[in-house]
This record gives sequence, C-alpha cells and structure tokens, in this order.
Amino acid sequence: MYRIDFNKLRFLICDDNPHMRRILRTLLHSFGAREAYEAEDGATALEMYSHYVPDIVITDWSMPIFDGLELAQMIRQPESKGNPYAPIIMLTGHSEKRRVTVARDAGVTEFLAKPISAKGLYQRILNVVANPRPFIKTKTYFGPDRRRNTTNAYIGPERRVGGEVEVMQQPSLLDKARTAV
Amino acid sequence: MKKQQPGTIEVKSFGDHHVITQPNPLRKVLVRVPDSDLDDPVARAEKALEGLSGEFKNWMTVEADRLSAAHAVVLHNGFTTETRDELFRAAHDIKGDAATFGFPSAGAAAESLCRIIEHAPDLDQVPPELITHHINAIQAIVRQRTKLDTIATASQLSKQLRGIADEFLVKVNRDRPEHLEAILAPSIVPAE
Repeated sequence: MYRIDFNKLRFLICDDNPHMRRILRTLLHSFGAREAYEAEDGATALEMYSHYVPDIVITDWSMPIFDGLELAQMIRQPESKGNPYAPIIMLTGHSEKRRVTVARDAGVTEFLAKPISAKGLYQRILNVVANPRPFIKTKTYFGPDRRRNTTNAYIGPERRVGGEVEVMQQPSLLDKARTAV
Repeated sequence: MKKQQPGTIEVKSFGDHHVITQPNPLRKVLVRVPDSDLDDPVARAEKALEGLSGEFKNWMTVEADRLSAAHAVVLHNGFTTETRDELFRAAHDIKGDAATFGFPSAGAAAESLCRIIEHAPDLDQVPPELITHHINAIQAIVRQRTKLDTIATASQLSKQLRGIADEFLVKVNRDRPEHLEAILAPSIVPAE
C-alpha cells in the first residue's frame, strides 16, 4: 500500500487566526511534515509563496489586506514567473454551497469547511497528492479542471467549444493510497 | 495518444480552451509501505490535537473577547467598512473554530451573527439588541461552559437566536432574491 511521505512536502499555511495556525501546524507535524511556513495575511502569503515555493498551500478565506480568494487568484496567473500549479486547499468557516463554487472558480483545488478535522485535512492532502487534475486555461479561467467527474450520462449543453475534450489523465494513485488511511 | 515525456507539460488546444497536463510533481512523496504497516497518521494527529485541548478554553475566551471588543467599537463609531469587517471576521473565526474548541453552540450563534452582517441590507437598520444578544450569548456560552447543565441551554439559546435572526433576514430581504436564496440554502456542514 501507499502512504504520503510528509517529510518531503513543503506547506504554506495562511490564516489570520493564530489559534487556527497552531492547530494546522500541529496536525501537519503529526502527519510527519517538517516544513510548514506560516503567513497571517494574503499579501505575506504571496511573498512567502514566491520565496519558499511550497508544494501545497492551505489558506483561510476571510483575512485582512487581501483574502484567501485573492491569494488563489494571484497564484493562478499562467504567465507568472512563479509556480501557478501548486495545489490550493481552501480551509474556511464559509459553509455555503455558493462559496464552494466561487472558490472553485478562483482556481482553488480543494475546499474544506471548518470545523477542521484531522481526517478531513488528510483526505484533502491525499487527494491533491495522489489524484491531481489537469489544468484548464480559458479567457476567464486558469486552474484545475472544474469537472471532477466525466460521465456519458450528461445531457446538458457542451460549454467548451472545440469538440470533445481529450484529457491526458495522470495515473490515479488515489485508490492505492487510500488504503493507507 | 502520444506518451508523455517525464518532466514535460503537455498542452492540448481546443476552440476556446487549453488542457494542460503536467507530470505529477508530488508523486515522489507517495511511498510504498508493507501491508503490515500499522502507522495511522490521522489517529496520531487526533491525539496531538487532543494534547492541545487544554488550551482551547483560553483560546475561546480570547476569541469571544475579540468579538466583544469589535462590537464595542461598532457601538462607539457606528458601522463603517472597517468596523463591519472586523466584527464579521471575529464572528466568522468563532463560527469556524468554536466546534473544534468544544463550543459548538457558540459557533452556531456566531454563524447566525455572520448571516446578519452579511445579508442585512443596511446594518444601521438592524435592531441593535439583535446583535447585542448574539454577542452576549456567545460570551455566556464560553464563560459558563464548565457547568454541565448549560450545554442544553446553550444549544437552545443559539437555536432561538438563529430563528429570530432568520425571521428578520427573510423579512428584510423579501425583495432581494439572491440574498433570500443564500439565507434559505442549507449549509454544507452537517448540523451538530
């Protein structure tokens, strides 16, 4: 079976609440992570993102200066010099479905509503590590493919122009890795 | 389909979009372990969180006091963008953290307050006591937590506040369908 070697992962935590940062740090260290950098607002996080080049970003939504949503939008700049592909996990007290949609449209990879749990966080990390989605670039969007499921049963209009999308999926390791949880 | 070379990003272009596939840069962190491996990182993390729990009551008190301080500024200066945002962030933090800290009813009351701040068309028209009751309830729930008989009361209190707040919000948003829809939409977080 497969397991995540957290020791090799570098995290960037962005949350204005020191208690939540402490909880996140505790959870990540317990999973085995050694490198977890912390920022208390979006602007600092963006600076640290360029400097430390984290593998995974975990960010709150509601923060002063600029928030987690804006941070995601800043990271997802396809022409930027930095890495626009890093997985972004939005950890937030917002618990409305429309918020999930807004976060998704900003390029957020995974959404985790508070209250936080060790299992919920682990599963989101596992998902971005073992089951990355291809990126889609349009005039108005750059980020992970928002279509998580491909189904032949879909009968609505095709919103993407250019025929059927041929997507090269990376081999999914999720099922194998799930056995580790 | 062309085989992907390691380390290369493949871009497929279509009419109005591109599909970009890069080799999984995090694949290296997935390691094979024997089936007999009994290490459970989630259980380990839950135990570590339990180790922090001795601090939760203090943290919750700090959060509740931050909310009261933000409210005091609103009472003094009225609602401005800054005072509104700080009140919202303080309430929103409690909404997100309280259940983790063992105060789910404080979280529910804070959620109700967040909804008022977010969906009231004009915060100056919100009855001041509606906001004050939420703040006082959160303070009471946090400070009376040690009494066993307060748990049911706290839950009842937060539910009643939510009922009154929702009634108010539905009434003042009757001509604002997008807010009404958001107010009536179910939460993605299961109720306690």
